[in-house]
Amino acid sequence: MRITEHPILDFARGKKIKFTYNGQELEGFEGETIAAALHANGVRTMRESIHLHRPRGLFCNIGNCSSCLMIVNGKPNVRVCVEKLQEGMIVMTQKGKGELKC
Amino acid sequence: MLACEICVIGGGPAGLTAALHAASLGASAVIIDRNDYLGGQLIKQTHRFFGSKEQKASERGISISRELSLAVEKEKNIKVLTAATALGYYKDGVVTVEKDERFLKIKPQKIIVATGGAEKTLPFPNNDLPGVYGAGAVQTLVNVYGVKPGRRVLMVGAGNIGVIVSYQLLQAGMEVAGIVEAAPRIGAYWVHAAKVVRAGVPIYTRHTIKGAWGKKEVEGATIVELDEQWKPIPGTEKDFAVDVICLSVGLNPLTEILWQAGCAMKYVPELSGYVPLRNEYLETSVPGIYVAGDAGGIEEASAAMMEGALAGLNAARALGYSAPDFNSRRANILRELESLRSGPVGEKIRKGLEKVTLTERREMRSGLSNLSLLTSNF
Repeated sequence: MRITEHPILDFARGKKIKFTYNGQELEGFEGETIAAALHANGVRTMRESIHLHRPRGLFCNIGNCSSCLMIVNGKPNVRVCVEKLQEGMIVMTQKGKGELKC
Repeated sequence: MLACEICVIGGGPAGLTAALHAASLGASAVIIDRNDYLGGQLIKQTHRFFGSKEQKASERGISISRELSLAVEKEKNIKVLTAATALGYYKDGVVTVEKDERFLKIKPQKIIVATGGAEKTLPFPNNDLPGVYGAGAVQTLVNVYGVKPGRRVLMVGAGNIGVIVSYQLLQAGMEVAGIVEAAPRIGAYWVHAAKVVRAGVPIYTRHTIKGAWGKKEVEGATIVELDEQWKPIPGTEKDFAVDVICLSVGLNPLTEILWQAGCAMKYVPELSGYVPLRNEYLETSVPGIYVAGDAGGIEEASAAMMEGALAGLNAARALGYSAPDFNSRRANILRELESLRSGPVGEKIRKGLEKVTLTERREMRSGLSNLSLLTSNF
């Protein structure tokens, strides 16, 4: 949910851009993080925990805790709370630890 | 390899002030920050600061951050590396850094560690459900990106962060169902607490969160009253239908690089975790490595700026830089710090700092041997 009116802040949002989340096309703004764009679209689950497969979301939002790791453009373990959204990004829920591909 | 005089790790309030003060004496500094902007967590702080003019009182954190970043950009003695993560410190004095997926090496003469802190979590059933956030995380979403993570919030912790963030969530148009505080009284400054109470938000002191519920995401939370031994009182549970739970239960100093550099560390509850021993110049047990701000003990941004100023002046001075008014400038900063830490509010910090601030190098050495188990070389 986006804030449209605020008593002391103006949100200078960048260009509107498109990206996909698990294959579904969504919109966000240039300059915001992937996590912010997902939250604006009501998506709060980022990955599945490694052992018990429980849903995990954002926790620290400053790139420290690794709760929000997702697969972005095929690359696993991306901290979406600090990674900026780009046009055409392919964002996927991460299950497990992620795999290194050669 | 990039050679430099002073390497400042962390571009928040402490790091920026450190670099500016060092540069003001003529020293050159490189600031490394893992974010792609400067200012650290100031960029989301929309409330006005207290304190004196030197401490930027009555300014909002967001404008202090802009002001410091601008001053840094204008200063030709300061080089900034953003989106750059300090990875390690080596015995030959090299700091390694990752930037744009490349490995950089920096060889500074002095290092100021100003890495800040990170939010703690709290153990309770379902604390891993999406919808449970650090209070600062939600503050970033709301104040920096203008995005609300939900409609209705339960805040856990009535310290300054919990209460200030609650108020900012109200400003953003979210509903705050209540603030829960395990202690018998509110920890925040009354001026902040009064604002949320006036807005109709109940503060439950001597209560804690018993659990969160929800299938895939947070759908609610149960709180419970605590007795004088901090034990839950059965039958006092209250349920809240909320989709967001914010944890504001303190921060931990981010000290990985200090551990790795082999600085003598000590666990000090008053400073919220393991922190390095330091002398009055803020130099740690590893000569040439200084600490400033929350990395040396959780306090708040005004004190972090003053410590940064102090560390910056001292590191530059150790390199041979000075100014005619050096002594009076340093004395002023020490006075500012003393006033910030005075009175009952500063009691905890004073007690904590007493445990880690050593006045003589000799004392630091003996402290070091006593703490040899805690120094690491992993």
